[in-house]
Amino acid sequence: MLKTIESLKASGNIPAINELIPYAGVVGLEAFQDESGLVTVLRYRASNIGNFILQAIHGGVVGALLEHAAILHLLSETELKAVPKIVNLSVDFLRPCLAGDTYARGKVIRQGRRIANVRAEAWQQNPDRPVAAAHAHFLLTQ
Amino acid sequence: MPCHPPNIPSIIAAFERVPHCRELGVTVVELHHGHGLMYVPYDEKLIGNPRTGALHGGVVTTLMDTIGAVVVMASVPASMPLATLDLRIDYLRLAAAGRDIFASAECYKVTAHVAFVRGLAYQETFRDPIAHCASTYMLGGSGFSPRAKSEAKGGGQPC
Repeated sequence: MLKTIESLKASGNIPAINELIPYAGVVGLEAFQDESGLVTVLRYRASNIGNFILQAIHGGVVGALLEHAAILHLLSETELKAVPKIVNLSVDFLRPCLAGDTYARGKVIRQGRRIANVRAEAWQQNPDRPVAAAHAHFLLTQ
Repeated sequence: MPCHPPNIPSIIAAFERVPHCRELGVTVVELHHGHGLMYVPYDEKLIGNPRTGALHGGVVTTLMDTIGAVVVMASVPASMPLATLDLRIDYLRLAAAGRDIFASAECYKVTAHVAFVRGLAYQETFRDPIAHCASTYMLGGSGFSPRAKSEAKGGGQPC
């Protein structure tokens, strides 16, 4: 499996790496490239609802989207060959994340020899009105 | 304004209706005023790292956000609306494949508008945690909910 991820990484096929992850299929995480780079999407699924009164997506799944976006972004932007190990994740919930697709983009703020600091932002209709933002540290294992 | 203390059985009943918690199989083990314990059973469909078989970090995030919200509900007047403001997770060690993940949390401070929670996720024993979490919850509506303004007046001070 590691070999598969390595060869997909070598070919730059991040969406295909995403498809190897069972959890991504359960909650509806997908990845695609647009003109600005990699976008991670959390497709709407009724089974992702965490607040049935507001019909809002569970905060934990929004956190999962941001963590997933940070990992895929790190894989796509760096020379890493293995999936980086997460050290910590801090998520700010900015607006209700309502029933509908949610998008996220990551940004590597700093990559050191052993640690990378990555930020990610999630939005629904408008990237200028983010529903959540996160920053995370990853341990880079070669 | 009359103050209705938290009703533990009704909090558990509401939690059991949450679609995403049902999807993951999240189960309350115990819930008391201000603290509780729940777990998510190991399931191969929730794997995040196919090489190690470890569950996706999102499963831990969901578990910690859920237990946090539930222990806050068990600390404030009944039916108080709440929303997660932020949540920080430190991953302390790799979770072992094939084992359930437990989360225990405590709501250690409630103010008029914000409740503060700390918690641990573990597999065999809480003395060997896999993750630590600190989170805050906005009380009385976060401005997110249409009822926020009127509810906010009640505040979150314990009964």
